[in-house]
Amino acid sequence: MDNDLSSQDKKDLDKFIKFFALKTVQVIVQSRLGEKICTRSSSSPTGSDWFNLAIKDIPEVTHEAKKALAGQLPSIGRSMCVEISLKTSEGDSMELETWCLEMNEKCDKDIKVSYTVYNRLSLLLKSLLAITRVTPAYKLSRKQGHDYVILYRIYFGEVQLAGLGEGFQTVRVGVVGTPIGTITLSCAYRTNLAFMSTRQFERTAPIMGIIIDHFVERPFGNVGHMHPCNYRAPGEEEGGYAGVEDSQEVCTTSFSTSPPSQLYSSRLSYQPPALGAADLCNPATCGGAHPHQMAVPGKEGGVPQVPMQPYHGAQAEHGRMPSCPAHDTAHHIPATPSSSGEDAETCSRSSEQKSAGLADTLETTFTRKVGAFVNKPTTQITTASLDLPFAAFAPRAYDLEENDPMVHPPDSPDTSSPLQGSLHSQGSSETGEQAQEDFVMVDFKPAFSKDDLLPMDLGTFYREFQNPPQLASLSIDVSAQSMAEDLDSLPEKLAIYEKNIDEFDAFVETLQ
Amino acid sequence: MNCRSEVLEVSVEGRQVDEAMLALLHTILLHRSTGKFHYKKEGTYSIGTVGTQDIDCDFIDFTFVRVSSEELDRVIRKAVGEFKDALSNTGSDGMGQISLEFYQKKKSRWPFSDECIPWEVWSIKVNVVNLANEQERQICREKVGEKLGEKVINIVEVINRHEYLPKMPTQSEVDNVFDTSLKDVQPYLHKITFQITDSLGTSVSTTMRRLIKDTLAL
Repeated sequence: MDNDLSSQDKKDLDKFIKFFALKTVQVIVQSRLGEKICTRSSSSPTGSDWFNLAIKDIPEVTHEAKKALAGQLPSIGRSMCVEISLKTSEGDSMELETWCLEMNEKCDKDIKVSYTVYNRLSLLLKSLLAITRVTPAYKLSRKQGHDYVILYRIYFGEVQLAGLGEGFQTVRVGVVGTPIGTITLSCAYRTNLAFMSTRQFERTAPIMGIIIDHFVERPFGNVGHMHPCNYRAPGEEEGGYAGVEDSQEVCTTSFSTSPPSQLYSSRLSYQPPALGAADLCNPATCGGAHPHQMAVPGKEGGVPQVPMQPYHGAQAEHGRMPSCPAHDTAHHIPATPSSSGEDAETCSRSSEQKSAGLADTLETTFTRKVGAFVNKPTTQITTASLDLPFAAFAPRAYDLEENDPMVHPPDSPDTSSPLQGSLHSQGSSETGEQAQEDFVMVDFKPAFSKDDLLPMDLGTFYREFQNPPQLASLSIDVSAQSMAEDLDSLPEKLAIYEKNIDEFDAFVETLQ
Repeated sequence: MNCRSEVLEVSVEGRQVDEAMLALLHTILLHRSTGKFHYKKEGTYSIGTVGTQDIDCDFIDFTFVRVSSEELDRVIRKAVGEFKDALSNTGSDGMGQISLEFYQKKKSRWPFSDECIPWEVWSIKVNVVNLANEQERQICREKVGEKLGEKVINIVEVINRHEYLPKMPTQSEVDNVFDTSLKDVQPYLHKITFQITDSLGTSVSTTMRRLIKDTLAL
């Protein structure tokens, strides 16, 4: 077994780490979109599902992540961090959590890159999926809407936890050892949600104005990327932005198992991406089979590698909508929402401009969902705009069959529209409505959203009805009386029922 | 090699039992399932894609992630349903334990049937409580939600220790390690069993075995 990493392994490992970082960001941001995520399993590999997991790529998020990474990989002292914060309609904001992807020096030289590391990274992503639903910010993000929105910020370098307040907790999602260091993924989250402080670099003055605009314009929930404090000029963007999208790079991996009697070496081959990058074949060695790994038998290298048949499914299934009983219109699952949709919208509508050139205004890529049971906002948002949040729908045809996702300026930006009141939500997701370029004003009246209909808000309602008086029928004297009456009328009732027995039977049949 | 065993304990209200068990079992299975293997010549194989789904609980303030596979969900729900019925039927005081065991099959020669060797067992001990009024139920919703969150973190911690996993099988051996009967995902071979303890704390005869489809069952 080689002690030094072969150059092939090193390339593979770097690639794995890079895509792992990008997928990590996607999972985190998507979990804070405020909607349920649902993706489909596919038994045939499509070639662009990294780590064998169906995780959609929101182009804007990938773009931000690549911008932050600027071609580097997490290494010792330079971690990739995703910061999630909350911003109220009054302009106060508060950091809720920071997810950190770090690398330390502890190397595991014996581990097999192409196989074990890849699978462990996949397991780590699954763990991340599970843990992102458990931290307190998840619940907050599901309820974002009128009162507040959830924002994200990606940065690279030193981890900054100061904004999380005192007593923040840390949860470790997991670690994966590699020959060049150990990758650690963890989350530090705020526990003290009491006080919100205004961020010092908050520069937008008419906060109300912005929020209203966002209500109007960005119905889909979620995460906007934050202000420019780590904005970088798109200087050395890795080739990807302009067209050759390496996130589109195919990642089908072939694993091999060889029965001990055969003299194959295992190998890993990648599909050549459409751009023609070379296949990677990994003449893996096998030395003493690592107990955790597949039985890779004897021979070192030397076996001629043949590229595996391409599974060019990239354009595919996995991008499409999930298994949830899927109706495009009805169940547009928000995972794919935002991003491209937002871009188009921002440009066309919002007062803020999108990242192109926005050095000093708050990033507009806010998307936010308005939830049911929204409290009457205490600010002076006009009634008119109260209707609009529900009414604003973005065009939905999100085209994930991109070959160049980054470049694909969404011609039909899609994104599911946020849910209106629970009256209209179906199953897990919210109903969406297609609107091409214009907004459609649909006058929904979710419960508790307006004063004039019901002169109290949810809190008051709840308090008032929390301790209802005892049911009259449960109090003794009344019940005794009615019992007596009941008993008397029983024979008559029975007679009637017996007469109608056929009807009842027919009814029961219809229930079967 | 010893089988590793993990125990998780939860206290829930009657109507929360289903969801709590589903949440924990699905979280474990999420980590112990891969995409379908497609073997090709020369001993190589490729792996399908696993999709995931967020599921909100109705009676608990909690959302969990499970693998997008209706078949697997059905199987787990059935087992959990049986467990719940057993919990409510017997004269127990609401204590029981459901176990998810991952095993490998080892072929034995005829006439002996295959051996099932467990390599990981997760036991979830459940204590059912009864609550008096709506206010307590509301508090219970939140508390159980937090507890389940802690359990998920525990599960993830254990799994991330990267301890023994069966090695990847060749095509002929795949059914000894994985459950290949589902069409969209491939979990490791597993079975779910449960036991109800009566008020004396001893295990009653209601130990039920439930074998998830085992293609090579003799």
